[in-house]
Amino acid sequence: MNSKQKDGWLLDMSDLFQDYSEAAGRTGAYDEMFAPGQQARDSYGQVADALRKLSLADVSARADSMARTFLDRGVTFDYAGEERPFPLDIVPRVIPAAEWDVLERGVAQRVRALEAFLNDVYDKMTVVSDGVIPRQLVTTSAHFHRQVHGFEPAGGVRVHISGIDVVRDAAGTFRVLEDNVRVPSGVSYVLENRRAMAKGLPEAFGQQLIRPVEEYPRRLLSALRKTAPAGVDDPTVVVLTPGVFNSAYFEHTLLAGLMGVELVEGRDLICRGNRVYMRTTAGEQRVDVIYKRIDDDFLDPLQFRSDSMLGCPGLVNAARAGGVTIANAVGNGVADDKLVYSYVPDLIRYYLSEEPIIANVDTFRLEEKEAREYTLDNLAELVVKPVDGSGGKGLVIGPDASNDELDALRQRIVADPRGWIAQPVLQLSTVPTLGGDKFGPRHVDLRPFAVNDGDNVWVLPGGLTRVALKEGSLIVNSSQGGGSKDTWVLADSPQMPVETVPRQSVTVRERVSVWPVESNWRDRQSEQQQ
Amino acid sequence: MLSRIAESLFWIGRYVERADGTARILDVHLERLNHLPMEERKSVAQELLAVMGARPQSEDFGLPELLHALAYDKTSATSIAGSLGAARENARRARETVSSGLWESLNTTYYGLSQHRKDVVGTYRFCNWTLERTAMVSGLADTTVSHDESWLFLVLGRSLERADMTARMLSTRDVLSAGMSWVNMLRCAGAYESFLRTRRAAFGDQHAAEFLLLDRLFPRSIVYALRDADECLAKLDPSAQRVGFINDARRIVGQARTFLEFHRTDDLMSELPEHMERVQKAVSQASDAISRKYFNQADELAWVGEVS
Repeated sequence: MNSKQKDGWLLDMSDLFQDYSEAAGRTGAYDEMFAPGQQARDSYGQVADALRKLSLADVSARADSMARTFLDRGVTFDYAGEERPFPLDIVPRVIPAAEWDVLERGVAQRVRALEAFLNDVYDKMTVVSDGVIPRQLVTTSAHFHRQVHGFEPAGGVRVHISGIDVVRDAAGTFRVLEDNVRVPSGVSYVLENRRAMAKGLPEAFGQQLIRPVEEYPRRLLSALRKTAPAGVDDPTVVVLTPGVFNSAYFEHTLLAGLMGVELVEGRDLICRGNRVYMRTTAGEQRVDVIYKRIDDDFLDPLQFRSDSMLGCPGLVNAARAGGVTIANAVGNGVADDKLVYSYVPDLIRYYLSEEPIIANVDTFRLEEKEAREYTLDNLAELVVKPVDGSGGKGLVIGPDASNDELDALRQRIVADPRGWIAQPVLQLSTVPTLGGDKFGPRHVDLRPFAVNDGDNVWVLPGGLTRVALKEGSLIVNSSQGGGSKDTWVLADSPQMPVETVPRQSVTVRERVSVWPVESNWRDRQSEQQQ
Repeated sequence: MLSRIAESLFWIGRYVERADGTARILDVHLERLNHLPMEERKSVAQELLAVMGARPQSEDFGLPELLHALAYDKTSATSIAGSLGAARENARRARETVSSGLWESLNTTYYGLSQHRKDVVGTYRFCNWTLERTAMVSGLADTTVSHDESWLFLVLGRSLERADMTARMLSTRDVLSAGMSWVNMLRCAGAYESFLRTRRAAFGDQHAAEFLLLDRLFPRSIVYALRDADECLAKLDPSAQRVGFINDARRIVGQARTFLEFHRTDDLMSELPEHMERVQKAVSQASDAISRKYFNQADELAWVGEVS
């Protein structure tokens, strides 16, 4: 950008980006679009150019149009019993190729380590006997299920789909915040966001090569089929949903639709002779792979909660007998445990003999006496999280909490130190986001999705960027006022095509014509174009 | 029924379906066009226009001109606005025979044409709106017009145009193949979900093209549309002969359909351009044959809606 353009930029953008640098300075966080001094970083050049040409009226008209499209298409999440459109911000989040390369390798590495850990934990537990992780930590995890101990799942994969949450600290370095290897959700928004952005901000796509996300359903289906029980030629895959009242129901329908497979509820399935069948109009049909979108606790009333109406009795035994593949495997929750999370760098070294590519966020284990004492003394400066929580539930941010809340928290920690971890307050990186009548810095995180087919871990180029829409807020969960952004991973060279379809060389003129020579009806070339 | 009325209905069917098909093609290709570098955009825009059966008016033909030519140009029967205007004009001439529901929906559509922003983002909305309106028109035609001869002419026009439009959709695959995936191809025809459910794990160009060309159950596939047209023609002229057909239109439609249906598909992708060319030709010849047989005095009269 030469200096003349830069002046123009500052001048034109004065309305929408008024006070931006000031607000960005206040957060003390790393801003992904602007370097200090409000200079757009290279990767955001095209986005900045596109935004420069828009007025406030344009931007709000487009934002409205995008929100309406989402409502029309039913891209909603369930909030307190009400369907709401998932807010999508008009400014995309851009990740340059070099940064993505690191993330991609780091996520794949982590998935491989967690896969190895889960296999070990439900088998010989060498990780415990070798002293990497305390036995007690594993066995006290709420999601360590003895019901699935001692067998390797059909297909040999446990973490088919994972979502590894990463954030950028004040220096801009990526760090892993948590692992989701139970039922990671949000990929539907990645697919829908891209479609909406292509129509909402077409100018910004321009000439940059943005890697496509649309192949995700195909990758997922082929991974699921590949991990089917041995001896099944043409496996039948289904998506198991808790039903229409689930907050992620939209995602279940979208994925089943895009994969072209049945979306089933528990009552559609029956287990007999350690095989699973679904009831169809043509009688019972064998099911080979179940993409499970319900919690383990509700999956099988014979093994887990006996009052569950959502699952199907006998599924766990069928999986144990190798008659069905359940993805993700039952019992993965032990790897999600936030206390186990604090050991993942060690697990990577132990199983893979590699150094972790992406670091963890510093974590205090509250069962350790010194860490606990430090935490209790400094509660007001720390974030405290329950080890088995998700969706931001139960999380307490010290600086924002009242004294009463902190006291209550202190008592709970002392009563159950195994149930909590503490982390320093991270100033998550910011990206400009439309709020009211101007753009302001808002904190974001990123959930890249990985699909593991047993041989290969494929990371979807992009992932779900969640953004805290309230100024200064660090909580990005959709249930607590978060929105999302389309995440663009730039391809590093023009040689890497945006679309993977090779150009077919069609040279029909040189070929022998296959149609019969026209018969005697009048050939009226001149009137062809009607 | 009067030949003049029959002809109006036939063209209402064609024009409404043309607007629908053009909106679908434009919507999907606009997205791709926006991702191309400036220089390429121009040539691709021209090629796309050529596929839709028009020639650029001037040398300097870019994206805004393409939008005008395919969406907003009321004087051209290739554009959405032109087609919908012509459909309405035809309905006005046959107003006493078409149902008031059908006439009103066409008329309302016509007056809604100018209420859109004509930039890229506005055009997406315009395409969507067009799809909604054409669906409404077809729905009203199906439910408020007796399914007699007049309705048969309407459906005949619609089916022929649908075959033609799907052929053009498949031809655009060639124009934009560098950036056009079969996913978009199927979305264009609204066939994505149907395709996925029938194909399960088999994805790819060949299968997508096969589906849009040859599927016997998907209403927008060429074979399905031609079969529909054939059935209408058979009902319009039920005189069964022991041998052969004297009706040119039936012969043309039937030959095209049976050729496609019974043709081997191993080499489909490389033969696709020829198939598409021949389907479009067959449609136009069938349309001529129908005009000669049923609306023959049209030769002497200047036809208002029939530009290009």
